[in-house]
Amino acid sequence: MSTHTASRHDAPPSLLAGSVEQPTFGEAVTNYVSKVRGGDMGSLPAILALLVLLSIFVILKPETFPSTLNIANLFQQGAVVATIAMGLVFVLLLGEIDLSAGFTSGTCGAVLATVLTQHGWSWYAAVAAALVTGLAIGLVLGTLVARLGVPSFIATLAAFLALQGVVLLIIGTGGNISISDPVILAIQNKNVPPALGWAIGILSVVGYGVATLRTWQLRRRRGLLAAPAGVIAIKIAAIGLLVLGMVAILNQERSLNPLRTSIIGVPIVVPVIVTLALVLGFVLTRTAFGRHVYAVGGNAEATRRAGIRVATVRMACFMICSTMAAVAGIFAASRATSVDPNAGGSNVLLYAVGAAVIGGTSLFGGKGRIIDALIGAAVIAVIDNGMALLGYSSGVKYVVTGGVLAAAASVDAISRRRARSAGRG
Amino acid sequence: MTKTAHSAPDLAPPPTLEVRGGRKNFGAVHALRGVDLVARAGEVTALVGDNGAGKSTMIKCVAGIHAFDAGEVLFEGEQTHISSPADSSALGIEVVYQDLALCDNLDIVHNMFLGRELKKGFRLDESAMETRAAEVLASLSVRTVRSIRQHVASLSGGQRQTVAIARAVLWNSKLVILDEPTAALGVAQTEQVLQLVRRLADAGLAVVLVSHNMNDVFEVADAINVLYLGQTAAQVRTRETSRSEVIELITSGSLPAGAAAAATLSTTNANGSTTA
Repeated sequence: MSTHTASRHDAPPSLLAGSVEQPTFGEAVTNYVSKVRGGDMGSLPAILALLVLLSIFVILKPETFPSTLNIANLFQQGAVVATIAMGLVFVLLLGEIDLSAGFTSGTCGAVLATVLTQHGWSWYAAVAAALVTGLAIGLVLGTLVARLGVPSFIATLAAFLALQGVVLLIIGTGGNISISDPVILAIQNKNVPPALGWAIGILSVVGYGVATLRTWQLRRRRGLLAAPAGVIAIKIAAIGLLVLGMVAILNQERSLNPLRTSIIGVPIVVPVIVTLALVLGFVLTRTAFGRHVYAVGGNAEATRRAGIRVATVRMACFMICSTMAAVAGIFAASRATSVDPNAGGSNVLLYAVGAAVIGGTSLFGGKGRIIDALIGAAVIAVIDNGMALLGYSSGVKYVVTGGVLAAAASVDAISRRRARSAGRG
Repeated sequence: MTKTAHSAPDLAPPPTLEVRGGRKNFGAVHALRGVDLVARAGEVTALVGDNGAGKSTMIKCVAGIHAFDAGEVLFEGEQTHISSPADSSALGIEVVYQDLALCDNLDIVHNMFLGRELKKGFRLDESAMETRAAEVLASLSVRTVRSIRQHVASLSGGQRQTVAIARAVLWNSKLVILDEPTAALGVAQTEQVLQLVRRLADAGLAVVLVSHNMNDVFEVADAINVLYLGQTAAQVRTRETSRSEVIELITSGSLPAGAAAAATLSTTNANGSTTA
């Protein structure tokens, strides 16, 4: 027994000398299983939940739920929540919260509608105005939280109330500003031409494959630990299948009356969101700034001592979050073709926080990914959509969504506890 | 411009760090009332003293977290002023704090390069960082870490200490200050860390080791600096002193009359004769 443990401690010098013993496929699988059992589950519970929900709704509503029309609809329904959730990941990674993200999106949508419809601005100027509004809101929130030290819960609760008022003031009680700009409306109501959809889909899969393989080769050549070839191949194949499968489904005719109007192609909002996710994911995982975001969430004091300006990182995260909320506000305005005083209200924010947490982002900070937000948003969109198809009332939908969120938060808490006892914490 | 004995720098290089008469007040509290410290390259200088003697304040002043109110700081013989952590790291001073200041949710490589990431344009140069981290750990003969891509949370106390020390030497630092590196460790891990401390000095760095543990101090230190109530009681060579002498200095600030060690004692021991 003792010789066994001793040899285990003495064995790996070769590892640090630069030439690593690469794991085999079987070892990689075993490592992953032990990682999950140790509490490091990532978005696995959310993916499982998504698969279960999809199966349930497909079985219960075989003719409507898996129809191409409904699938396209799911993307458009989930777009707003997914976009806010991606921004929220930055704030949640710090261990903070932004309760005002919903009404930030509403405010920015109202700004967009006002300058577009009442002042006759061009669509790009209006989009810029909405984004700048979001950035400014983030700047104020970041200043309150990072510079003055107001707890984010309170600072953003104040902003939640204030921005709710701002939306009312801009639009007027009972009012409604409609949007007629074709570009803004196209985001959520038009589709990418099928050929272009295929081109984008194939290009992105090839791009992903090439990038992944090149990194993998580089690591092998430098003698660094790299995943076995089988795992890489499965990853690329899975991404390819998912992307191209979706393009194939969405490129089918889904109009209820194809003779009058043809609805075909990937909704424009889908590539927009994928692009946003890639950019934000790149920022989080491949840049020094992203690394610092995780570091602040893990140990703010250690980050400060490492010479990183923690307040600046915090400010930037709040600004990213609010700007993403502004983007979501544009999506929401596009989908509703108008902005009313309740824009960004009711369940928008809670769904977005729920999406991030269900996907596997920790409310305790330091753990989470952009893809988590997308997976979580998919779970919420599927519940919302599927239960509506089943004819349940809003009341039941809220109860179920709340239950899923409670389950996700419990999974987070339990996995943290397991992680601590497994030394992965 | 008369030539005096100390104007022959090639005979003995100036110490890496020298503090003369350092003082620090926090309002009415005189935390440091005249501290002296000499840390030479290639040597481990232990900084000892009872709780509240001013060890932590002293290293915080050297690290730039506080600034000395009065006194001189010489780095490699040059007069300098350290007023921020950036100043001290620019000089080549690295501090390993007692709580290690590691991020549990990041892996070893990320922790070692935190705040000083290697980049290729916008992007982090992960493989360069990983290679460099592996080299540093190998040069310190660290063999206990399974993978440098594992999260710091999964490491033992000694391994965490090792990562923190490796991070400090990653930057061609000249002076490494270790705050109680063995305080929370078991016997075997303490031994590993002490060997690592010795290797740092043997590699030519100046090492300041803050410690409560006389065994550790006498095992690795070349010189021992004793603080007593915010003043330097003495800096003595380890081989010229004994455990009981050092303990006497820690508890009373001076040696009892007759313990003929005056030659090795620092002259700043102002209250020595009255308290003895």
